[in-house]
Amino acid sequence: MTSSDGQTGGSASQPEVSAGQTYGGSIVGGGDTFVATEAEPSVADMSTEVVSDEKLERLTVDTTPDLSIFANIVGQSQALIAKYPQSRSALLPLLHLVQSVEGYVSQAGIHFCAEQLNLSAAEVSAVATFYTMYKRKPCGEHLVSVCTNTLCAVLGGDAIYKKLQEHLGEDGKPLGHEQTAGEPGTPGSITLEHAECLAACDLGPVLQVNYEFYDNQTVDSAVELVDALRRGEKPAPTRGAALTDFKSVERQLAGLFDNDLAESEVDGPSAAVETLRGAQLAADRGWTAPAMPDEVALPEVEKK
Amino acid sequence: MTEPRGVDPVTPVLTKRWLSPKSWRLSTYEQLEGYTALRKALAGTPEQLVQLVKDSGLRGRGGAGFPAGVKWSFMPPNEDKPHYLVINADEGEPGTCKDIPLMMADPHSLIEGCIIASYAMRSHHCFIYVRGEALHCIRRLNSAVREAYAAGYLGANILDSGFDLDITVHAGAGAYICGEETALLDSLEGRRGQPRLKPPFPAAAGLYAAPTTVNNVETIASVPFIVNGGSDWFRTMGSEKSPGPKIFSISGHVEKPGQYEAPLGTTLRELLELAGGMKDGIPLKFWTPGGSSTPLFTAEHLDVPLDFEGAAAAGSMLGTTAVQVFNETVSVPWAVMKWTQFYEHESCGKCTPCREGTYWLAQILERMVEGKGTETDIETLLDICDNVLGRSFCALGDGAVSPITSGIQYFRDEFLALCDENAKPAMELAGAH
Repeated sequence: MTSSDGQTGGSASQPEVSAGQTYGGSIVGGGDTFVATEAEPSVADMSTEVVSDEKLERLTVDTTPDLSIFANIVGQSQALIAKYPQSRSALLPLLHLVQSVEGYVSQAGIHFCAEQLNLSAAEVSAVATFYTMYKRKPCGEHLVSVCTNTLCAVLGGDAIYKKLQEHLGEDGKPLGHEQTAGEPGTPGSITLEHAECLAACDLGPVLQVNYEFYDNQTVDSAVELVDALRRGEKPAPTRGAALTDFKSVERQLAGLFDNDLAESEVDGPSAAVETLRGAQLAADRGWTAPAMPDEVALPEVEKK
Repeated sequence: MTEPRGVDPVTPVLTKRWLSPKSWRLSTYEQLEGYTALRKALAGTPEQLVQLVKDSGLRGRGGAGFPAGVKWSFMPPNEDKPHYLVINADEGEPGTCKDIPLMMADPHSLIEGCIIASYAMRSHHCFIYVRGEALHCIRRLNSAVREAYAAGYLGANILDSGFDLDITVHAGAGAYICGEETALLDSLEGRRGQPRLKPPFPAAAGLYAAPTTVNNVETIASVPFIVNGGSDWFRTMGSEKSPGPKIFSISGHVEKPGQYEAPLGTTLRELLELAGGMKDGIPLKFWTPGGSSTPLFTAEHLDVPLDFEGAAAAGSMLGTTAVQVFNETVSVPWAVMKWTQFYEHESCGKCTPCREGTYWLAQILERMVEGKGTETDIETLLDICDNVLGRSFCALGDGAVSPITSGIQYFRDEFLALCDENAKPAMELAGAH
């Protein structure tokens, strides 16, 4: 273990810098600085507004939110934790799990994870806010993610996203990233987001609904898709299992498969024409990899 | 050395089972030589397997191309601490779409590879870290792992060999940086996915500070074939230093985008022929050999052999062989801006050059694309790139500058044109006699 003893702290030996000069003789920022041009605010300018009792309590009293909504997932949480050599590894699965209960990671969800893993709420918060799949506001029944990375964007992804923003918006105001059309959690409500590359570039432009793939989309097909979702229909994905809802798939992302991975679900379509093109071309033309020898021994190595 | 002779343009190895009905099921896999390599491997020693993979010349398929056998040999021979094998299935490099179809179509080839690799590295717990958005892969993998346990390929005393192994499928949560191996390990430990300082390398202190090897999906899925076919067979495809077949993912403005498994060293000209040529006959303008982090190529590079050496010699990198093809209708500065916005969004924020650099690069490019570029913008871009490249904590920063520097290198006029509006008054003055 290394020690920082004997190291000089930065503040103690900070060189003097007068306004208008910077380190190293650079002229960048060499003009008047903020300090030089702005007068110190006087005490009289500062707000003297009294903090309300309610606000004061919220800011100063340590409260644990009501966690009763998670009572049913305590056992499952412990089962997930048991899959890992160290409990903290279960944090990402647990965040998916609390999201499956509430449709987002609430403050209560943070506290629940912290309690299960013996972490502080701050440690859990730091993780939850790092990953884009953890939503900090309640989501719709469905999450629609449109790839707008360069390649999909060129093929129409940008146009699809823009159209869905307008189409799902209200009063002429386009729906923003991670905003929800309809009351979150109610049937037919849709949260829209633009996504980074979804790793289906040969099938672009792509979008996902609850992480099931809808490939080779157009502006019209995407509009049709979200209209069907709003009517309560669940159009089949191009690749993936039958469409459910955002909360249900979050349970699977946590690693919980309630129906024990039913065949119908696992066997959902995946073999897109594009995926199989190379293999199909080879089959059609009679192309193969060179034949393997009948029997080949593992190499000899010196015994240690 | 034998000259690879008469090798077909498409060489399905990893993709050869994909056409079979329900190729993801154990019953299908077992009918198509599945788990035969495992029996052979378990009859040998770990040292023999490491030597075999070294002999085969298999290089990491996740982008860096590090020799897999050499990486495996870094694992300590003792078992003072538990050893871990971690599969990087966090596919997200823009353009890259090979591992997800592989795991969907043939998850057992990955699992068989995991068991063999774990045996070779004396690991008894393997994690497959799958990108969270790849939900259907996660189902297929979980299902395949269950089938493998039920059949005795996983768990205690596998096939009566005395070797034990557990596999845990772990879903990520949306962060490109977790494709970086040390960030992935932090994420798997339940932390923010931020890269670690190396050394220590994962083989010395990886997951839970124990010896760990992180390998890409395609790398590990290749292993059963190498065990069955031998290193000489593997080397009948590809080149001396870049042997084997590789899944080329062709996307964008081509007639038939898709997954084409061909020997390393195949050129874009050959790939385009397989993919039916440019869409609607509109000429090629630029392309990436292996994802957006590999410097752009142009129509001048149609005959560059796409292997690790060939791509590097021509000024780019092989990367993940994610071949994104763009035709003449696409503006280079716009494409570069979109990619830069991606890196800005995905920069983890740990180190200053990348966090600040991508932020400013994106803003300058956005301004240029709006037509409000200034004369000095190109120099400013290159200056920032110079301060990000090689000065960032991990390769994300290096990748972020690739499209910008290569875009300006080959298409400087297009960037300059975006500065014209601002340059005009000065030019008019100069020309006013």
